Amino acid sequence: MATRTRPRARGGLDSARAEEYRGWLQQMLLIRRFEEKAGEAYSLGKIGGFCHLYIGQEAVAVGSLSALGPDDYITCSYREHGHALARGISARAVMAELFGRAAGCSGGKGGSMHLFDASIGFLGGHAIVGGHIPLATGMAFAAKYRETDQVAVCYFGEAAVNNGAFHEALNMAALWKLPAIYICENNRYGMGTALERASAIYDISERACSYDMANEVVDGQDVLVMHAAMERAVQRARGEKLPTLLEVRTYRFMGHSMSDPIHGHYRTREEVEDQRKRDPIAVWSQRLIAEGLMDDASVKTMDKRMVEEVEDAYQFAEQAPDPEEEALFADVYADS
Amino acid sequence: MPTLTYRDALNQALREEMQRDTNVFLMGEEVGVYQGAYKVSRGLLEEFGPMRVVDTPITELGFAGVGVGAAMVGLRPVVEFMTWNFALLAIDQLVNSAAKMRYMSGGQVGVPAVFRGPGGSALQLGAQHSQAFESWYAHIPGLKVVMPATPADAKGLLKSAIRDDNPVIFIEGEMLYNVKGEVPEGEHVVPLGRADLKRSGGDVTIICHSKTVAVALKAAEQLAAEGVEADVLDLRTIRPLDTEAVLASVSRTHRCVVAEEGWSFAGIGAQVVDIIQREAFDELDAPILRVTAADVPMPYNKQLEKAAKVDPAKVIAAVNSVLYRSGE
Repeated sequence: MATRTRPRARGGLDSARAEEYRGWLQQMLLIRRFEEKAGEAYSLGKIGGFCHLYIGQEAVAVGSLSALGPDDYITCSYREHGHALARGISARAVMAELFGRAAGCSGGKGGSMHLFDASIGFLGGHAIVGGHIPLATGMAFAAKYRETDQVAVCYFGEAAVNNGAFHEALNMAALWKLPAIYICENNRYGMGTALERASAIYDISERACSYDMANEVVDGQDVLVMHAAMERAVQRARGEKLPTLLEVRTYRFMGHSMSDPIHGHYRTREEVEDQRKRDPIAVWSQRLIAEGLMDDASVKTMDKRMVEEVEDAYQFAEQAPDPEEEALFADVYADS
Repeated sequence: MPTLTYRDALNQALREEMQRDTNVFLMGEEVGVYQGAYKVSRGLLEEFGPMRVVDTPITELGFAGVGVGAAMVGLRPVVEFMTWNFALLAIDQLVNSAAKMRYMSGGQVGVPAVFRGPGGSALQLGAQHSQAFESWYAHIPGLKVVMPATPADAKGLLKSAIRDDNPVIFIEGEMLYNVKGEVPEGEHVVPLGRADLKRSGGDVTIICHSKTVAVALKAAEQLAAEGVEADVLDLRTIRPLDTEAVLASVSRTHRCVVAEEGWSFAGIGAQVVDIIQREAFDELDAPILRVTAADVPMPYNKQLEKAAKVDPAKVIAAVNSVLYRSGE
């Protein structure tokens, strides 16, 4: 059944959806400003551990999560600040988690790589590459088991597809016809290893053919294209109870983590500069302006509001208390 | 009271729990059509259908993760590993996903799943099929580790494990599946974390679990013929460990031998000895001795295999040593 669709040619934007379109820009700006502030806070030593920024990939989370319903399940890798914000965890709760505060979305015990909000189906950032892909298959299994119309979505990087967990999880999802959507955010590099130095094939979407699974290659720098591809996948999952692999071509504008310089030894400054020409926020804001749905001034005002929201989150996180000492031993077990 | 095999006692527990709670389902290799590699799931596919008795591909990492994911959203999976040797492929899911989910989500997301199957060695299965891994799992905060030795405990502990809201590592024994014993009908639930005094005697404590319980009981019987009475304490749950029962027995006997099927280095016995020396140092009249597998991969040859395993003679020798007596 291996269907294969390419991004559709652009038509005009539907002015009836203007609010929704502007909302996507706002979310992307929120993520961008949030990540810039997180990077700054990390440099000041206010955020510890590892910190993986999502700058450059904002359209993927925003375009795809906006196609989901409130009861759907989401799992992510460790580069998940953007997904958490796009799903609706507040900037305050995410920033507080990065600061390790009790008011953080995981009580300050998860950190940057383990953001959770079970009340909205946001079931974690997970930090073993590929290890969370079977979890999403299990959530899709649960939806089928209970005969609900929920969909389980899993985000991971392109480096995860060389991992056994990926293949095992996709095989079972296809074998059992589960409502799962696997979103491979192909940002070209697994840490410092380029895709073509790690994968025997270039088109990751083709991996789905091994499981007779529907797949698409999606332009991840265009939020509208991302959203449309996700709508097709959601329809396939909810309606036909079939899984999809989306290979989303995107690019990470920053280093792998805060300790990695922007281009490092594995890519050139020119390459990064070239990719930045397709900044998803610029692509989308220019489109909205060209279509007359926004103007320069309203984009600037929106951006300013997002800067303020992030500043508020930062202040909140700075002043929020650390977890109480008793939190150390809480929640190891259900009864602890 | 009906007499059942350990295998059928497990089967009864699974059946009763699946009847009680529709969120409980069984998955693993050959659990359905084949009726279970060791027939623990016999008849369950026919009674509950393929959505609740799920045959998986040979993909331990994958289906363990599916179990964890399903548990994260409220199902109560029982994931069968054909043996715990194969579960090494799945250990990332058990350690990094199941054990930590509740903690790293700040208490939001639990994993009420049971991972079960036979552990330890059987007969001449060679190095890759003859390993006791309980100390690996018992090391991990967030996991419970349960190891029944008798049919009654197998039923009662499996029912408790399925009802527990934590991930439970439930290690059975291939050599135990045919063991028969009386098993209470219906609601027989043995709480996790409680050891059981399988034999009472005042001279020495033999601490054991799983397959070494029968070994210890046999040793105790022979010792009794020589006038030495042993407490045989079956831990039943490795984590949480019943410290109170261990200390109570040792405080009575003042001498202790710890027997286990696994290797010595960083084994379960090492933990038990640590607890005793910290909490009951003044009660001891002799150093505690441990009886474990030989510190080698399991050999295939029958005689070498026998030499590698714990047996009653080795337990008796250790008991004699802690009693400072020469064996008769």
